[in-house]
This record gives sequence, structure tokens and C-alpha cells, in this order.
Amino acid sequence: MSWAGPEDIFLSTSLASYLDKKLLVLLRDGRKLLGILRSFDQFANAVLEGACERVIVGDLYCDIPLGLYVIRGENVVLIGELDLEREELPPHMICVSAAEIRRAQKAERDATDLKGSMRKRMEFLDLD
Amino acid sequence: MLFFSYFKELVGKEVTVELKNDIAIRGILHSVDQYLNIKLENSRVVDQDKYPHLLSVRNCFIRGSVVRYVQLPPDGVDIDILHDATRREARGG
Repeated sequence: MSWAGPEDIFLSTSLASYLDKKLLVLLRDGRKLLGILRSFDQFANAVLEGACERVIVGDLYCDIPLGLYVIRGENVVLIGELDLEREELPPHMICVSAAEIRRAQKAERDATDLKGSMRKRMEFLDLD
Repeated sequence: MLFFSYFKELVGKEVTVELKNDIAIRGILHSVDQYLNIKLENSRVVDQDKYPHLLSVRNCFIRGSVVRYVQLPPDGVDIDILHDATRREARGG
């Protein structure tokens, strides 16, 4: 096994190869941001130019433009390089307007809340 | 530095990285750093249908802090060398 020498302490899996490329950034809160990487640092803080948030609800999706974004590294889960030769999304997915995706998001949230509250109401049954 | 050195030995091997948000990604380990950030090449998500947005992602950078597990090929580990290194590290630390 090769041991880490003194110079290896400064080795970094660099985001430099991703500079000026269109990337997908996954955040800890589940958001998906797309944009061109313009800057980064050792904490994986990142600057995305032309950023947009891709909101996906079921088979519906919408890209909401955000502009120039600075992302704090602690929120970053994954930074993915998009292969331009492949489709970014499966073909069955439908692009909708921002208003419609917000409606769909709310409907999904309400359904989850309802499921949660029903579960709470059923707890007295002690089925587990 | 033990795991950093250990992952450097695994560069070029196929691994599956399971993240804290339950996403699992299989790919070739391209590089690793002192924070155990991981760069994968030729990556694909294990449950592709659940994560449509990751369909065209082939190379990715994974922040070390979000990794839950790194699943290795069974022949990727020389247990004896790892044991020796761990004992040495424990003695020295």
C-alpha cells in the first residue's frame, strides 16, 4: 500500500475539470440545480452561471430560471457532468409551466401530509 | 490518512457509493482526496427509474460528507495489508 507522502496532504479531487461545463448539482434538501460551473473552492462551494432549478413531480418537470448562484458547499450532495450526447430526462416526461409544477408540488405535499396524519390517527390501533 | 491511502489503491476499480439520501451510484473510482470526496467515472444510478434527473450523468463528484457506504468488489480488499496498516496507525496515533 502506498503511503500518503507530505505532498499528498494537498491532493484534491479537483472540480477544475468541471469548469465551464453544464452541471447538475444535487442539494441536501433534494433540489436539483443545473448551470455552468464558473468557480469552486476546497469546501465545494460553487458558482453556477445561468442556474435553473429542475423541479420534478411524477412525470412532470419544469426548469425555473434562477440566474447567477453561489452554493455553499455543505449543502452539496453530488455534482454531475451532463453527457450532452444523451437525453437529460426520460422521453416520457412532460415539460410544464412553473405555475403548473407548483400546483403539482402542492398536491404531492398535501397527499404526503394526509398520509402522515392518517397514519397518526391509526396509531391507536396498535397494528404493529 | 489511512482510508485516503486505502481509496487511492482502489482507483480504477468499480465501486458502488451509497449516499445518506439513499441514492446508490455505481461507477469506476477516478479519484479521491483527503476529505474522502469521490469522483466516479462511467457512473450510473442503481435505481434509474426513481431518479430520472440523473439519467445522463456519467461522471460525478460526490462530497465526502454525504457518503454513507462505499461498496467494494470482494477482490478489491487485501484484508491482511489492511489489518497491518490499521494496527500501525493505531500504534502511532
